[in-house]
Amino acid sequence: MAEKYSIRLGGTGGQGIIKGAMVLAEAAIIDGKNATQTQVYGPESRGGATKAEVNISNERILFPLVSSPNIVLCLSIGAWQTFTKDMPPGSTLILDSSLENGPALPEGVTVYRFPMIKMAYEDLGNILSTNIVAVGVLNGLMKLVSSDAAERSIAIGFKKTFVDGNIKAYELGYQAAREYLQAAK
Amino acid sequence: MREVYQKIFRDNLPHIWCAGCGNGIVMSAFARAYDKLGLDKDKTVGVSGIGCSSRITGYLDLNTLHTAHGRALPFATGVKMTRPEFAVFVFMGDGDCAAIGGNHFIHACRRNMDMTAIIINNYIYGMTGGQFSPLTPFGSKASTAPYGSVDRNFDICSLAIGAGATFVARGDVYHTKQLEKLIIEAHEHKGFSVIEVLSTCPISYGRRNKMPKPMDLMNYIKDVTIAKERADKMTAEEIAGKIVTGVLHQSAAVEYNEAYMAMVEKLEVGKNG
Amino acid sequence: MVEARLVQGNEACALGAIAAGATFYAGYPITPSTEIAEQMSALYPKKDGKFIQMEDEIASIGAIIGASCAGAKAFTATSGPGFSLMQELIGYAAMTEVPIVIVDVMRAGPSTGLPTLSSQGDIQQARWGTHGDHSIIALAPASVEETYLMTIDAFNFAEKYRTPVILLLDEIIGHLKERFLITPDMMPPIINRQKPQAGQEFVPYKNTQELIPALPDFGEGSRYHVTGLTHNEQGFYSSKPEIVESFINRINAKIEDNSEEIFRCNGYNVEDCEVLLIAYGSISRSAEEAMNNLRREGINVGLLRPQTIWPLNEALIGDACCGKKAVIIPEMNLGQYAREIERCAPDDVPVVSLPKVDGTMIFPSEIEELVREVLK
Repeated sequence: MAEKYSIRLGGTGGQGIIKGAMVLAEAAIIDGKNATQTQVYGPESRGGATKAEVNISNERILFPLVSSPNIVLCLSIGAWQTFTKDMPPGSTLILDSSLENGPALPEGVTVYRFPMIKMAYEDLGNILSTNIVAVGVLNGLMKLVSSDAAERSIAIGFKKTFVDGNIKAYELGYQAAREYLQAAK
Repeated sequence: MREVYQKIFRDNLPHIWCAGCGNGIVMSAFARAYDKLGLDKDKTVGVSGIGCSSRITGYLDLNTLHTAHGRALPFATGVKMTRPEFAVFVFMGDGDCAAIGGNHFIHACRRNMDMTAIIINNYIYGMTGGQFSPLTPFGSKASTAPYGSVDRNFDICSLAIGAGATFVARGDVYHTKQLEKLIIEAHEHKGFSVIEVLSTCPISYGRRNKMPKPMDLMNYIKDVTIAKERADKMTAEEIAGKIVTGVLHQSAAVEYNEAYMAMVEKLEVGKNG
Repeated sequence: MVEARLVQGNEACALGAIAAGATFYAGYPITPSTEIAEQMSALYPKKDGKFIQMEDEIASIGAIIGASCAGAKAFTATSGPGFSLMQELIGYAAMTEVPIVIVDVMRAGPSTGLPTLSSQGDIQQARWGTHGDHSIIALAPASVEETYLMTIDAFNFAEKYRTPVILLLDEIIGHLKERFLITPDMMPPIINRQKPQAGQEFVPYKNTQELIPALPDFGEGSRYHVTGLTHNEQGFYSSKPEIVESFINRINAKIEDNSEEIFRCNGYNVEDCEVLLIAYGSISRSAEEAMNNLRREGINVGLLRPQTIWPLNEALIGDACCGKKAVIIPEMNLGQYAREIERCAPDDVPVVSLPKVDGTMIFPSEIEELVREVLK
């Protein structure tokens, strides 16, 4: 992998964006990498567009925030509107399939669409798993962390009763992304 | 009696208080009560705020903390929580406790940590030269109320009861035997105990309020106070204008440190069981 | 085996306090420090410690001073508005020489300011917030691991020098989650307050050559008086000029005379660089990244990263600045530390402040730009 990945997860307060970012960052650490995770604090983290960011690197991470994201994942139109403006050429945007009529994207950005909310709601019967489906999709596409580490991270991050459900959510998202890439080949 | 004082006072007397001041009377009543309680001086902490009365801690041969203005109770809270087995006595003045320390006071009442707060109410900020406090009677003169105070005063005992203190008493510097007894009862009560002590400041309060001689204030206190046992048998008309002394309120409630340790025990059981 | 984990700065502070042997926390909730209170409320009942939520920040610091007198290593955590409220009793702890630790997670001020956004605006308040001539120790970690280790240092300094110690986190460090792995070799030894020696006469505030009197816990038999009034060696009020002067001088000298030991910093290319950056806390990470980027371009930049903010080692800073084309101090305030550096630097070295007070972190690019400009 490249020396540093900067990932931004955007959504609406309550979609579990921060938890998703923590699972990803913890997984990177389990893989022996460095990671930093930051987020927006305050009333906006309960409703409204909110974001959580992760840096992953094999090297020491100095500046801890994300200044120029390689990957942005949006689960709400508000997030798409707010958090994609500074994407550099060559970066990747992952959108939920339900989102339409968002702003024009910066040049050179690769876009993927996955029905992450629908997968959580219809396939898993639990819309609260959207964040971990999203982590699965993101990792299936970008291969940031090992799936083993992702699952161990989920086991650390959730209460026992929610671990299995979230591992399932991760696998669902991950498989969807892998199948998409296979088909696209 | 001399022996009692020698046991409990440090050897740094004479004290700084003016002739006619009630602080020395409270301190000696405390010394006698303390002697009767038979507590271990090493395991006793005296805490005070700032003001004339708060100098008491300097003369007591205990572990003593002369803190900042209004803050005696938070310090005492930290001491008592760290060492719940210690006996903790807190000395405060009326301005110290009811004005700058008012918030700490109501929360200490609410928490019900096992310690005794003695509020020496001389109706005035004595050390700074006689400004009115929240316990200065409405209409009284003070250096910052030259035409009589237009600030309504607290009844600190009612405030303590309202805030949840589980032992509230009032004594005074004229009835010293009663005061001694109240201090003993307050300490023996499990929970936060409050004693308001009506005291005298001839220099800063008496002189401004037509009671210039020390005995004038003593006589005022003698005349205005009435023991609760007697007051209970009197009509409202008969008690009007009097100040009731004695144990005004006593109730049972969970003590803070016991509640904390009960929580700890529950966690232990959860861990082992 | 201990494994690396994702840990938040505030959480690392809580864990560090426990590792330091602290057993008492009193506090009042305030963003962005609240996670420390939450951690202590969860940890202490399970670890023989005591947690209490007080009615305000004044009560909180009062309670920890009381707890420390009773023998506990005690601390509180707060942020700007609460730190302001604590100032009087910081002076009390300095005056009475009671060891305590105050964690201040800095947010943008003044007043309510930007409660959720970062700042380094309390640098001078930490030094001079309370009235009167006193000395103080203040530390500023730059990572989650360092927060853990420097929380232990804070307690060690408090115990050793009998002083309030202020641990200055900024919101970015307090809220940052990153890789955290503390191995035994990283752990500083734990220092406990010096107790009076058995059999020797106990003089509570004895002015010895070491300048730091022994401190018994309440309950150990050495009954003594603690007062915020200026006091003599016995602990009682005194206004005698010679007693006052020697006391005030001692409580200042015990820290200032040891500034070489207390002032800790990291240096990167300090000696051979053309332009020296001096940065602390979260901003030192921006500075280090800027240094790395510039050096890749062939621009000879170095970095001095103080971990101790107060007391300053003025000689060390003066030497580090010597002969530089410029010394740049990026910080999230209007130049509070730059002023101190300017005081220490030789007159012919330009000291340039890079201030920022908009609530956002200083980016490496902003530092890089200024370095290029001063070299023009």
